[in-house]
Amino acid sequence: MSNLGTSENPLLVAIVGSGPSGFYAAEALIKSEVVAKVDIIERLPTPYGLVRSGVAPDHPKLKTAINLYKKIADDPNFNLIANVTIGKDLSIEELCESHHAVILTYGAETDRKLGIPGEDLKGSHTATEFVGWYNGHPDYRELEFDLSQDVAVIIGQGNVAADVSRILSKTVDELKHTDIAQHALDVLAESKLKEIHVIGRRGPAQAKFTPKELREFGELSDCNPIILEEDLQLNIESEKELEDKTNSTNRKVYEEFSKFSKRDMDSSKSKKCYFRFLMSPKEIIGTTAIDKLIIEKNKLSGEPFKQSARGTDETIEIDTGILFRSIGYHGIPIPGVPFHESWGTIPNEKGRVTENDGSAVNQLYTGGWIKRGPSGIIGTNRACSVETIECLLADINKLDTGKKKNGASELYAKLNSNDVRHINFDEWSKIDAKEVELGETKGKPREKYTYIEEMLSVIK
Amino acid sequence: MTTIVTDNCKGCRFTDCVSVCPVACFHYDDEMLYIDPDTCIDCSACIPECPVEAIYEGDDIPEGQEHWIEINAEKAAELPVIEEQMEPLPGAEDRKSELGF
Repeated sequence: MSNLGTSENPLLVAIVGSGPSGFYAAEALIKSEVVAKVDIIERLPTPYGLVRSGVAPDHPKLKTAINLYKKIADDPNFNLIANVTIGKDLSIEELCESHHAVILTYGAETDRKLGIPGEDLKGSHTATEFVGWYNGHPDYRELEFDLSQDVAVIIGQGNVAADVSRILSKTVDELKHTDIAQHALDVLAESKLKEIHVIGRRGPAQAKFTPKELREFGELSDCNPIILEEDLQLNIESEKELEDKTNSTNRKVYEEFSKFSKRDMDSSKSKKCYFRFLMSPKEIIGTTAIDKLIIEKNKLSGEPFKQSARGTDETIEIDTGILFRSIGYHGIPIPGVPFHESWGTIPNEKGRVTENDGSAVNQLYTGGWIKRGPSGIIGTNRACSVETIECLLADINKLDTGKKKNGASELYAKLNSNDVRHINFDEWSKIDAKEVELGETKGKPREKYTYIEEMLSVIK
Repeated sequence: MTTIVTDNCKGCRFTDCVSVCPVACFHYDDEMLYIDPDTCIDCSACIPECPVEAIYEGDDIPEGQEHWIEINAEKAAELPVIEEQMEPLPGAEDRKSELGF
């Protein structure tokens, strides 16, 4: 009988990625009936993934999810190994050698492409880049966004599109007491934008916004939300969708749109944010930078709740110098782990990693966006990681090969011999405290360090 | 902003909401669930999950349901937390159709 998972022989698990899914996986292991020691490995010096670098700076309450993650990190069986990249500083094979199991929860880092001509012109950005930039993510620190334009276009109508368009619609006064990165605030302060167009493939009855985030557009100090009344017209199928009793979210969203369309324009406000529907980008025109966007108008077809958008060949143009695409994220592969290219996910069965043909892969598990694709919000990842841990614990006898595992100490030895500056949770807490201190003088909850060297200098 | 569980949960307690809560802020008794306002981060994930639309936030709280704000806060403080989905209460499906869902 295996004694793996007891205090004499604890289950050693390495988790790759310290976003919500990684923390929920750690939590489920720590709270389980087995004795497990968890090492979370993070590429950046800072934990919490998209809660730190994705959630918008003007949504501070959402970020308090971090309080729960801090409690998880307090457990003696939790350990953070930050500033370490898997595939560069350590390999998956090395993690499988040192630990009984490895859980991949590293998210979906890139954006899906529109696949239209002109997509790579200057001024054509991904929402991820812009979000990472204003949230102080080191990878996006040096990017430049030219806001000296009159018109910006956002492609997509989900929560990221809402964040990007809201940040562009806000004044500096509305943002300066948030934890937005200073370099972004300085650029936004010089913004000349007058119009922001948020473009959706389908109609106002199918937009993926939440009623709450839409309402925020009605409360902006210097921007009018605008919807043309003709855009609110619904086909019979969409009317049926909104009449459905179980579809109250879309019904509320539609009501908010209707309110916007009936509002008198406040002429004292300098910006307009247009919500536009049934449009797909067809081509981006420009020589070196974007001049305009060609859009094809769409028509919905299909049964209620299964309607898809089809092009009508009718096109319109929007003169714009800056565009953000926000049509979904896409995962990237990690060396040594099977990967499904077109889905951008790791093939798996309820969190057990498989080859693309479905055959099982020992020791590897996955959770969060890289497991199931980039959908759902913070909490969706909790149930997702719990499912993965249930599978992992059911496999515990198989994970016990009888060979002694050395866990974190083996990884530290390798990192130290290669002079990799790894960071533990206490060191991160020092960086955290310093950021909060820097923010205090500016009336911000924190001023984030945006260069890795700056973070490291705090814990020298 | 406060997110609350109201009347419709009584006698149903489907607990679909619990599995999407990022911060484990639901508490329960024999009848229904309650949200701890001090832990809830107002992420709204639970709202569309409820099969009987018992959960509301801030501006959406229907008239006549405001008293649930206080009840949620009081009950959550004294009741145990629920972290994983449970079986609905017996008769939950009947109550659901009675409510018109």
